[in-house]
Amino acid sequence: MTDYLLILISTVLVNNFVLVQFLGLCPFMGVSNKLETAMGMSLATTFVLTLSSICSYLVYEYLLLPLDISYLRTISFILVIAVVVQFTEMVVHKTSPLLYRMLGIFLPLITTNCAVLGVALLNINKQNNFLESAFYGFGAALGFALALILFSAMRERIAVADVPSPFKGAAIGMITAGLMSLGFLGFTGLVQI
Amino acid sequence: MDPILIAVLVLLAGALVFGALLGYASIRFKVEGNPIVDQIDALLPQTQCGQCSYPGCRPYAEAIANGEAINKCPPGGENTISALAALLDVEALPLDAEHGEEQSKSVAYIREEECIGCTKCIQACPVDAILGAAKQMHTVISAECTGCDLCVEPCPVDCIDMIPIATSLATWAWSRPQPGVQLIATDRGRHLAIQQHRERHDQQQADAAGTDADRGESA
Repeated sequence: MTDYLLILISTVLVNNFVLVQFLGLCPFMGVSNKLETAMGMSLATTFVLTLSSICSYLVYEYLLLPLDISYLRTISFILVIAVVVQFTEMVVHKTSPLLYRMLGIFLPLITTNCAVLGVALLNINKQNNFLESAFYGFGAALGFALALILFSAMRERIAVADVPSPFKGAAIGMITAGLMSLGFLGFTGLVQI
Repeated sequence: MDPILIAVLVLLAGALVFGALLGYASIRFKVEGNPIVDQIDALLPQTQCGQCSYPGCRPYAEAIANGEAINKCPPGGENTISALAALLDVEALPLDAEHGEEQSKSVAYIREEECIGCTKCIQACPVDAILGAAKQMHTVISAECTGCDLCVEPCPVDCIDMIPIATSLATWAWSRPQPGVQLIATDRGRHLAIQQHRERHDQQQADAAGTDADRGESA
């Protein structure tokens, strides 16, 4: 049990995928203008990350390893991720048309979110078992959601603040992200896995 | 068996299985129509007046869902625009003057003694709120009338008036805050204030120096 807790803390805080490992920066900058959209995106990404982490583990363990074709892991993981994202898109379109409209192009773009493929490949590298990979994917998604929601809440405040004109828009966003990244570096050494 | 053949077959089989899964999901989670159009349509005033240059409220709702501007509805006015802006998460714009101005809600009234029974207003009415037949006097069902004034133009004897609905206890409401008022505290104007203060200060000092010099000369 402690192991799973440690995995969660490690992925959410210490090795945060966005702010420490710099994976998945595209949606981090792209969907963080509004808090509500950021929450929707976090939910969708959490769903995709956890599911694709589990699915890719199953594909690797029960399909690629027994047939001795583990060199095909990258392309088969991309296939798995694309399917999971397509499925999520259909579910979101059916259940929440407004969220679907707000997320727009970023929903199908979860496919190219490098954190998703990164988690699947890191699971293999770390030789996680089934539950561990599920927790690893879930923790990575929680970390992504935490960073994205914090960042979008800050950007909403910055939007009404009196920012000097050369720093308006994306520039102040980049600086804020850099400062957040520095802040998260403070967790280094808290847990080591 | 050839390892390359195995690899190709496995990928092919995987793609087929996933494709079948997605095919099933697309049938299971099929979206009927466009639900967002219904939500926009519910916010529009349903006058069917066509002032937005679309034939009715529903077509305009469909156009908004496809990215049309939300400020083309004069009967709805500022309230409709802000409600649409909140729904679609976009900036609320002032009403587009090209499509007419916001007017108080009114209702059509036919002066019945002048009506010649030509049925032209009945054909023009988008909501079937005018009752009558050929060579018979017409009248407006005021509960159904949306106040779109589309029937005023075709009337050959000009016997239709638009009567504004008087504000009653049931319909009165506080007016909305005027746009342009700062609702959030900000120090945006601070630099300007400091600059003005400094200029005034300099001016006063210059004036004082000037009067001193004058005095020195006279003495």
